[in-house]
Amino acid sequence: MSEYRIQGNTGEWEVVIGLEVHAQITSESKLFSGSSTGFGAEPNSHVSLVDAAMPGMLPVPNRECLRQAVRTGMAINAQINRWSRFDRKNYFYADLPQGYQISQLYHPIVGEGEIEVTLNEKDPDSPTKKIGIERIHVEQDAGKLMHDQHPTMSFVDLNRSGVALMEIVSRPDIGSPQEAGAYLKKLRSILRYVGSCDGNMEQGSMRADVNVSVRKPGGELGTRTETKNVNSIRFMMQAIEYEAQRQVDLIESGGAVVQETRLFDPNKMETRSMRSKEDAHDYRYFPDPDLLPVELDDAFLEECRASLPELPDAKRTRYEALGLTAYNAAVLTAEAETAFWFEDLLAEGVDAKQASNWLMSELFGALNKLGKTLDESPVNPKQAAELLGLVADGTISGSIAKQVFEIMLETKQGASAIVEEKGLKQTNDTGAIEAEIAKIMAANEDKVTEYRSGKDKLFGFFVGQTMKAMQGKANPGVVNQLLKAKLG
Amino acid sequence: MTDFSRLGVAAIRDGVANGEFKAVEVAEALNTRVAAAKALNAFIVETPEMAVAAAQAVDADRAAGKPLGKMAGVPIGMKDLFCTEGVQTTAASHMLEGFVPTYESTVSANLWKAGAGMLGKLNLDQFAMGSSNETSYFGNVISPWRRNDGGNAALAPGGSSGGSSSAIAARLCPAATGTDTGGSIRQPAAFVGISGIKPTYGRCSRWGIVAFASSLDQAGPMARDVRDCAIMLEAMAGFDPKDPTSLDLPVPAWEAGLNSDLKGKRIGIPREYRLDGIDEDIAKMWDNGIAWLKDAGAEIVDISLPHTKYALPAYYIIAPAEASSNLARFDGVRFGLRDLPEGAGLQDMYAATRAAGFGEEVRRRIMIGTYVLSAGFYDAYYTQAQKVRALIARDFENAWASCDLILAPTTPSAAFGLGEKNADPLSMYLNDVFAVPASLAGLPAMSVPGGLDKQGLPLGLQIIGKALDEQAVLNAGLAIEERSGFTAEAGEWW
Repeated sequence: MSEYRIQGNTGEWEVVIGLEVHAQITSESKLFSGSSTGFGAEPNSHVSLVDAAMPGMLPVPNRECLRQAVRTGMAINAQINRWSRFDRKNYFYADLPQGYQISQLYHPIVGEGEIEVTLNEKDPDSPTKKIGIERIHVEQDAGKLMHDQHPTMSFVDLNRSGVALMEIVSRPDIGSPQEAGAYLKKLRSILRYVGSCDGNMEQGSMRADVNVSVRKPGGELGTRTETKNVNSIRFMMQAIEYEAQRQVDLIESGGAVVQETRLFDPNKMETRSMRSKEDAHDYRYFPDPDLLPVELDDAFLEECRASLPELPDAKRTRYEALGLTAYNAAVLTAEAETAFWFEDLLAEGVDAKQASNWLMSELFGALNKLGKTLDESPVNPKQAAELLGLVADGTISGSIAKQVFEIMLETKQGASAIVEEKGLKQTNDTGAIEAEIAKIMAANEDKVTEYRSGKDKLFGFFVGQTMKAMQGKANPGVVNQLLKAKLG
Repeated sequence: MTDFSRLGVAAIRDGVANGEFKAVEVAEALNTRVAAAKALNAFIVETPEMAVAAAQAVDADRAAGKPLGKMAGVPIGMKDLFCTEGVQTTAASHMLEGFVPTYESTVSANLWKAGAGMLGKLNLDQFAMGSSNETSYFGNVISPWRRNDGGNAALAPGGSSGGSSSAIAARLCPAATGTDTGGSIRQPAAFVGISGIKPTYGRCSRWGIVAFASSLDQAGPMARDVRDCAIMLEAMAGFDPKDPTSLDLPVPAWEAGLNSDLKGKRIGIPREYRLDGIDEDIAKMWDNGIAWLKDAGAEIVDISLPHTKYALPAYYIIAPAEASSNLARFDGVRFGLRDLPEGAGLQDMYAATRAAGFGEEVRRRIMIGTYVLSAGFYDAYYTQAQKVRALIARDFENAWASCDLILAPTTPSAAFGLGEKNADPLSMYLNDVFAVPASLAGLPAMSVPGGLDKQGLPLGLQIIGKALDEQAVLNAGLAIEERSGFTAEAGEWW
């Protein structure tokens, strides 16, 4: 898609990137226990006997978590494995009560799929690229260590212990930081559409492990490093840029890249080594003997498929068919919330083009100024539809609508009430408009002469003057018609 | 006055129900016997007040005319592998010394619901790993049996449910819970001349039982006769949504279904179990068992279980592999022992805690399990062992084409003396050779007394059945019990 190359002393280098994205599955309770997954609770308040791995406790799979993983797989056209299994990944750490993480190494629930990304999703001409997905598997999250609670001890918070994650593993098909960013954005958008993950990177609902290697264009794959737990798209792009450059510099100065795990420090904008392959854990994966294999039947798969919403690519095509520009269709579908807002307007009877233009110019502009997101919009789709309806039926003009909208944002009053109260109704009274036109023509005889001798552009001047004289309330169509007749 | 120590589960239940005696009388009599039998070291914790409280509740229910449970008024021993709310649960390990669960295992809760009461928590091999009870942190249990050579050598009660077997044989309790991972109900039952059944994997919930090897662990009853086992298994079994491997099936009325007429049943005799150099007394007992079953109307058929010889090696890969992972939670962080040397970090704490908390045999099995799961060895050991496990299960499947039940010895020999085998773990592991195949295949299997050997020690006959066919296993056990005339008891020397 993009020819991203690093210029080294020995020539050009190509970057090969693969992402492992951990996405917290949206569910009320944890993967193997009934504890709440709520964010921000008092430490250790969402911990069951199972989460604390008390003796004799057993995991019971939460079907909803598996359902969300399957729906996500279907959304990326992936192979759904009717038979999958949980494995134990064994290692000791204080945030891991069982002494193992229940994950899926050998038989993941979702197999190969793909995601199509565009470098600039808002540009219909931007080239696209398919990024392969190797697998999606389901696993438990760990707890959290707190090192700032006591001078000599670390505390453990197990609220996150056992929360369900999907690990979405891409193929090393990504060739630049921009592609990686586009991939993560698209993936996030799909997850939010499907409703399987809220995509909230600040709260840690989504984080990426970034595998990076470099090679001479088309050459053998280089040794890769894995940068763990990057929690924003921007940081991920920076980490790739830094890491690729570091590897090129290292190789060109006679060194060799070591297969290792690294961490990204967003303050210093650099990655640094966490542990090398030599001290990599031997996780002793084996099938979890507490759990039976997961077998999915037709009815379950059917329900998963039937419950899938229309996905961004399909929506975009449909919006274009409604008469929207490719650009508008792309912007409106990039985030699920925007598309849902737009569709709410249509459901209220607003014309598609009118709705998309208003959303993208008026609403986005206003929210931008207020520093609010769409979710926090002071005006809801129903209220907006009322306003747009007044424009559509000729009650008010577009420019009056802007004024009304501003009042709505401030006072949260309904559009009709504002129009009524302020007397903003548009007039079709030709007599009144003709009177104003006569005054304006009398006051601007020179311009009338110029117009009549061929300076067509002056027509706008007369429209502006008339509208101004009518305080914006004249029907612009009527104004145009009358002016054309009078000016000749 | 009734000697309550001589009554079994059915007799106590019926006596209480009929008003022949009060449940409290039974509980108090057995509490006294438990307290007087410290020399056997069968109990880690005694809970006389709980036995009495449960009995009082049953007596009150009876007085009020309320319906009584399957085990109403029966005081039992609880293997200390079952978590019991408010009562120390140790798995016979220093690691859990002083650990008092806030929860009750499903199986023990089922028993209390059925009206049973708890005399105490029974000793066992540490984390259920052992065949002689010598790996308990709280000292080994001693069998009430003695050889007839006039010597006083202390004998092993078997393991891991050795506290259970010893207490029942010594008539401290009419019945007790056991757990069987690779013979831990059947081998100790055989060693002390009592009965015990490991049901089909999934019949009894594993929830709240300290895990050894999850894919093999299964709880079951131990008692002095087959009927008592049937009654108690009915009370213990049942679907539990908290255990994902629990079978969602109704619990059959095994006691009501008891029938020792075996007409139409075919009993398979596996030729691979007739090992070279088989103990003469064992061979004789086995032949007697065959004759008894024939007498009960069964047809005897020769069968082959060709992969039998690989069962023990496969078991000693799979069980330690699972154990090495199951026991990782004992890390000193949240419960149980914590050994935090001065200035130690997290890794030091793990090392110190686990070195101090686990006994030698537990550490050995964790090491074996860790090794067989390691990168580079996994396929050669674990994967291979799982293949063997599948072949063993297929052996049984094939056998069911020509028979309905299988009869074999429970163990290769009678009880050995304490200390005789613990220098050589392999010879200890060999004790499980006949028990392990049914465990690997998840099949119901029972041991019933088959006679005495030359030294006057009990031997056990093992009946293995098809999955879910506990009834046929119990019926064959009953047929043997009715014909063996086994009435021998250990002398009361303690």
